[in-house]
Amino acid sequence: MRYLPLTDTDRQAMLAKIGAATVDDLFVDVPEVARLDGPIRGLPMHAGEMAVERHMKALAAKNMAAGDVPFFLGAGAYRHHVPASVDTIIQRGEFLTAYTPYQPEIAQGTLQMLFEFQTQVARLYGCAVANASLYDGSTACWEAVAMATRVTRRSRAVLSGALHPHYAEVVKTMAKFTGDTIADAMPAITAEPDLGGLIARIDDDTACVVVQYPDILGRISDLTPVAEAAHARGALLVVVNTEPVALGACKSPGEMGADIVVGEGQSLGVGLQFGGPYLGLFAVRDPKHVRQMPGRLCGETTDAEGKRGFVLTLSTREQHIRREKATSNICTNSGLCALAFSVHMTLLGERGLRELAAENHRLACLAADRLANVPGVEVLNNSFFNEFTLMLGGKPAREIVRDLADRGVLGGVSLGRLYPGVAALEHALLVAVTETTTEDDIERLACELEASIKESVQ
Amino acid sequence: MNAPNKSGWKPAMELSEDGMHNGPATTTGNRALMLEEPLLFEIGRKDVTGVDLPPLDPAAPSRLGGLARSEPIGLVGLTEPETVRHYTRLSRQNYGIDLGFFPLGSCTMKHNPRLNEKVARLPGFADIHPLAPQSTVQGALEVVHQLGHWLCTLTGMPAVAMSPKAGAHGELCGILAIRAAHEARGDAREVVLVPESAHGTNPATAAFANYRVEDIPATPEGRVDVAALKARLGPDVAAVMITNPNTCGLFEKDFREIADAVHAAGGYVYCDGANFNAIVGKVRPGDLGVDAMHINLHKTFSTPHGGGGPGSGPVVLSEALAPYAPLPFVRKNDAGEFYLVEEENREERGPTFGRMTAFHGQMGMFTRALTYMLSHGADGLKQVAEDAVLNANYILRSMEDILHAPFADSGPCMHEALFGDKDFGGGLSTLDVAKGLIDEGYHPMTVYFPLVVHGAMLVEPTETESKAAIDQFITAFRAVVERALAGDEALKQAPYYAPRRRLDETAAARKPKLAYEG
Repeated sequence: MRYLPLTDTDRQAMLAKIGAATVDDLFVDVPEVARLDGPIRGLPMHAGEMAVERHMKALAAKNMAAGDVPFFLGAGAYRHHVPASVDTIIQRGEFLTAYTPYQPEIAQGTLQMLFEFQTQVARLYGCAVANASLYDGSTACWEAVAMATRVTRRSRAVLSGALHPHYAEVVKTMAKFTGDTIADAMPAITAEPDLGGLIARIDDDTACVVVQYPDILGRISDLTPVAEAAHARGALLVVVNTEPVALGACKSPGEMGADIVVGEGQSLGVGLQFGGPYLGLFAVRDPKHVRQMPGRLCGETTDAEGKRGFVLTLSTREQHIRREKATSNICTNSGLCALAFSVHMTLLGERGLRELAAENHRLACLAADRLANVPGVEVLNNSFFNEFTLMLGGKPAREIVRDLADRGVLGGVSLGRLYPGVAALEHALLVAVTETTTEDDIERLACELEASIKESVQ
Repeated sequence: MNAPNKSGWKPAMELSEDGMHNGPATTTGNRALMLEEPLLFEIGRKDVTGVDLPPLDPAAPSRLGGLARSEPIGLVGLTEPETVRHYTRLSRQNYGIDLGFFPLGSCTMKHNPRLNEKVARLPGFADIHPLAPQSTVQGALEVVHQLGHWLCTLTGMPAVAMSPKAGAHGELCGILAIRAAHEARGDAREVVLVPESAHGTNPATAAFANYRVEDIPATPEGRVDVAALKARLGPDVAAVMITNPNTCGLFEKDFREIADAVHAAGGYVYCDGANFNAIVGKVRPGDLGVDAMHINLHKTFSTPHGGGGPGSGPVVLSEALAPYAPLPFVRKNDAGEFYLVEEENREERGPTFGRMTAFHGQMGMFTRALTYMLSHGADGLKQVAEDAVLNANYILRSMEDILHAPFADSGPCMHEALFGDKDFGGGLSTLDVAKGLIDEGYHPMTVYFPLVVHGAMLVEPTETESKAAIDQFITAFRAVVERALAGDEALKQAPYYAPRRRLDETAAARKPKLAYEG
């Protein structure tokens, strides 16, 4: 067994030191009823590296990898090119096999990286302070709502109808248990989001308004009026961003008055990975809210010789100190994904991120124009960054997506899958375009979509 | 002395007059291979990038709804060689399992096999979208299904929820299922009982789910006080949360009796499975009356800790709680195809309490954990538990003559050995021992946890250390403990040889500086 260094001679010598005859003597406290007489039945015995790799490769081969076909899926997870150096850096054992930096003298690598990461995220979001990450965008969204209820001492959250439905589900699930009230809505299938309707739902009990930017249909709108309306009622504005690359081209949420900005960081460095692990980003615009933030924070300090160094700080908010009074039960962050994000962001820099965003937008504009020429297809959006909504002229998008997959094109995410049972959304298809999309891919989607629509039964 | 360096060399310990330095100063502040590294924002430039993309075209069409960015973001970039060097230099200021013995109790810092990393990076796993049509991701769904089968079989439990993103998220999943199950019966219970030795996430989780948390005392031998627990049970107690093996490193031998009593009182039993690595393949928690237990894939099943996550915390569930498990779920139909139970077909699942995360959980960790399980098999996993427990007991019995071991008489420990700071001289503390171990080249053990032991030191060797490595650690640990017992003042300023001396955490918290300014 290649991962177990003890030999039988070692084991005997150690048992002798302990004063036990057999290793089972060390398990005497396990009640008789729960002791097993041998390896658990129904599972295979140990296997060599080659055999295991063969088994796992066979499973991987049953999946259609995004890189092998024209690929247009988004809706909260985006395929971007990750520079080769990102993965070699995160595979360095000193990062990969380190623990949470509880002993800062021998964890400055992780800590300095987190300090840099927090700075990058705060600047991207137009905020003062970002934390060291949370599990993913959806859980960060809930944590933002929970924080807003602490800050305002109110318990009602108003969700925009154009918030990712899975994010809304997570928030509603958690609120059921905390007793908070969540006012949600369905997205309006319109070229512009209904911000007036959203503003009208804010009342004097509202702790926060949660708006996605760009929204689930890909639309971009100025959230300044929402911020003003929320603040006038004593509520906070929470802005959710699922595509950080968009902020290389668009105004930051902080600039528009968001109080808490959260999002998914997966686009940079992390990869698709079938949904996880991902990277929850969390930032606040006003430093006065720092002590109400969830999750780990890394701060600058000095050591006994006066040398600059970094530590985890303000941990009196956290569960290991505060126990049942903590701001969150969260214990880990998403450290290695934060490293991947930070390395990718360092490679991009201000210039690279802006160029990357521009390239995404350029290709998305090309795709929107080409797909609008497919008979029976309309582009819903007035505005978008790299993702937009297609209306398929009465054709059910779920079936079209499946049919496109059979034709070797991963053509998008049907709103029917995201909003099951909502008739008004069944004919809408979300299409995401990134720098990895080629003009040939766009042409291929247009042709296959046309064929699929033509052949589909009304 | 079992010296790591056969020449017998040791660093000179003579200190300079200010007690801080030895050897002459260098111009750079570097000390040979110990290299200082500036902050990214001090070396990066705003017009430099390490990627080659088309330059900005001011004439390009824009459909950004009039919201094109007008202000700079404030980011800086580095070219690829500078980036690689920046992070490589940072990495060398970190301690990791690859570098040495990392006996962090309760955290299970075992070797992370590299086959796991290789497999997780296969494009068929790494490059698939969570919302891809299910016919195109059958292999991924099968991985989730197979891993779930392993977890259920190893724990003797009928069901598993795979989506929780980490251990604490898994705890939350279990407690929410318990609340949902009670509420479905119209049974409004308000209290969750948690032993005082529990990890802080337990009370934080219960409080999050709007339960009132009450402590259960421990016995002098380091286990749950069964009589006190039974006396507290009643119609208001929703659940008990018990870690087994517990955070004192002991098996809760009365667990079955506790579980039966809790069930008789109408409550549920949550087992914190953080220490499952001590009993994997040896004991099935299902045989002990558990209703819900999370499993930290990054502990028992060797997925990397990554400097603080990502974790992964699937939760095994009893028949009573399984219907309330969160979406999504992977199932297999009669035709042998795998499919997801999501919002649209949720009625298949019964009264699920909802959704905990946007997608399906930590797929990248599932592939690694399954690879690890297949490598070890049922026989290897049993050996994993046995070697982990053997190593911990060997350390316990090699230290107890000089270091206070409060529960040494309670019988064998499981995967970790617990010590306290009794009899340290000269005002020295557990923290000083930890910092002294850093100078000896070790990552310290867990300190000041569990709270039930004064100055706790929790040592978990794991099964992936050789006897030689453990013997060398024991030699170093004994030497540092002897200094602490003797009241060696020099220990108060350790570490001397780490990239940083002791850091001022009070100043960091008093005036937080959480982002680079400038």
